[in-house]
Amino acid sequence: MAQMNMTQALNSAMDVMLGRDPAVVLMGEDIGYFGGVFRVTDGLQRKYGAHRVLDTPIAEGGIVAAAIGMAVNGLRPVAEIQFADYIYPGFDQITSELARLRYRSAGDFYAPVTIRTPCGGGIRGGQTHSQSPEAVFTHVCGLKVLMPSNPYDAKGLLIAAIEDDDPVIFFEPKRLYNGPFDGDPAKPASPWSTHPKGEVPEGHYRVPLGKAEIVRPGRDLTIVSYGTMVHVAAAAASAAGLDAEIVDVRSLVPLDADTICESVRKTGRCVIAHEATRFSGFGAELLSVIQEECFWDLQAPIQRVTGWDTPYPHAFEWEYFPSPARFATAFRTVMEPA
Amino acid sequence: MNAPAAGPAGREHGLALLRGMLRIRAFEDRCYQLYGERKIRGFLHLYNGEEAVAVGAMRALDAGDAIVATYREHGHALARGVPMDRVMAELYGKQSGCSRGRGGSMHLFDVAKRFYGGNAIVAAGLPVAVGLALAQKLRREPAITACFFGDGAVAEGEFHESLNLAALWRLPVLFLCENNRYAMGTALDRTEAETDIAAKARGYRIDAAAVDGMDVFAVEAAVGRAAAAIRGGAGPALLELRTYRFRAHSMFDPQLYRDKSEVEAWQRKGPLITLTTRLKAEGLITEDDFRRLEAEASAEVDAAVAFAESAPWEPVADLARFVYAERSA
Repeated sequence: MAQMNMTQALNSAMDVMLGRDPAVVLMGEDIGYFGGVFRVTDGLQRKYGAHRVLDTPIAEGGIVAAAIGMAVNGLRPVAEIQFADYIYPGFDQITSELARLRYRSAGDFYAPVTIRTPCGGGIRGGQTHSQSPEAVFTHVCGLKVLMPSNPYDAKGLLIAAIEDDDPVIFFEPKRLYNGPFDGDPAKPASPWSTHPKGEVPEGHYRVPLGKAEIVRPGRDLTIVSYGTMVHVAAAAASAAGLDAEIVDVRSLVPLDADTICESVRKTGRCVIAHEATRFSGFGAELLSVIQEECFWDLQAPIQRVTGWDTPYPHAFEWEYFPSPARFATAFRTVMEPA
Repeated sequence: MNAPAAGPAGREHGLALLRGMLRIRAFEDRCYQLYGERKIRGFLHLYNGEEAVAVGAMRALDAGDAIVATYREHGHALARGVPMDRVMAELYGKQSGCSRGRGGSMHLFDVAKRFYGGNAIVAAGLPVAVGLALAQKLRREPAITACFFGDGAVAEGEFHESLNLAALWRLPVLFLCENNRYAMGTALDRTEAETDIAAKARGYRIDAAAVDGMDVFAVEAAVGRAAAAIRGGAGPALLELRTYRFRAHSMFDPQLYRDKSEVEAWQRKGPLITLTTRLKAEGLITEDDFRRLEAEASAEVDAAVAFAESAPWEPVADLARFVYAERSA
């Protein structure tokens, strides 16, 4: 096993797939010659050539559209959108074409495209480099939506996404590229080498789509989260002295409702956490599923810890970002005796 | 480069242009320093090397004209007359900033200066500029819209949609492409089949010319001519201003995509050196003039930093404001 941060794990996933499958092609802005803004594709164009790792113009609509055509014609494109905040010019192609091709051709045609895109805040990116738009895509039928929280899952899920025959939107929480983050920006960042999930196999393996993971078993309550907030939630629960069971959703679509609901039935209490805005956020879907499946087992109303319903702020990032303090408030409410 | 030679109209003209460019250079150099001190955080894109474009263009535009800029827009805001202290306070994220600290470096706005924003989304400003110009035309205003964008923006669909709409409706919009040769880390010829941006515009039946963007007189003259034609009802125009960015794309850019020797070669023909040498050679300014202007720019930056340092933060309770219209009581 090798020690890898998330950037290296993702790079390794694409390296493995470029080596195994001649149909795999990478494409995106600045990804080849430059190596990617976050260095996720560093060295891959040198290793596999400009015909396997394509530099594209700044044209997100064109990138997605070309990937669809390539995929329909036998390739497995992995397109990078440099920031999730830049994905909207490609949104028409994603929703109207990519997501529906299989359905409207009644299965004759399909487009195994993976769209990788860094998301989330915590890097002082302000309103156009910090967004978490995952719910926008989970709302589109035909797309699969993933968000890993650690290097091991990042590599295994990306390989599974590339091998999947459906289109996948693969969100990479950029705050986690270099290390786990517990929600305290004043503390020095810890590297992935100190985290068990920084141990990553060099070769091929898959983390299956549609499987959540119990990151930590516990009895007091269930915290359902994904991406950066998995780590923030764990730290907040420890600080509150709670024996929390933490479920890392990982795969938003398809959703592993069984693992989530089994945990909530066991603990009877649930906090849902994500960075994205609250109203119509993915937490609302999680909450609905849990309420439908676990209502008679709940000891308290389910709480949500989320970003504010505002654009991502410039100067007040750490007020917006779901903080340990906001978790503490949710914990108090959800832990009240029934 | 088909713009005819242009030069200073006299000492005051030369001093004004030099002053404008020195202010931007001093501001940007201080920003670089303040970033190291963690006073300015997040994304920061500096304009060093491109000062002649903003200063020359703004001198040739009217106060009533609308300006749309990019995420590398400190220079445009300063040249337009957005007060330096309010720009600096915005970079600090303070409430006294020109966008109340909401936007930061990439999102400077100033309604009094008709400065319709920096914009971090590449090419997103072009269609907005088309809309501004359409309103100017429909409302029979004498003003025009000037829209800055980079060479990377020409790859986006918005560029092509905007040029077509502007030409189709003969809108009073001046497209100003700041071609600094790199879309972040990717050189123009790696992403464009046709690298002659003026030629693209002509494909939409828009008058277009390439201009030496390192020569402030050339920029001023070309923008002046184009703006006059547009104001006269000639329809839109595009100028490709050929320039070069001296510093990295942003504060996170190791610049692996270009040789140091290339940067140094451009620095030797930089807009400030060229302008100063020329003004001195023509006997319009002395070394003392240059030093005085440099000292004035430095003092203005000092005052802007002091203003930003002492400016208040927006109350956290106010952060939900301006998501929607506020009802009058």
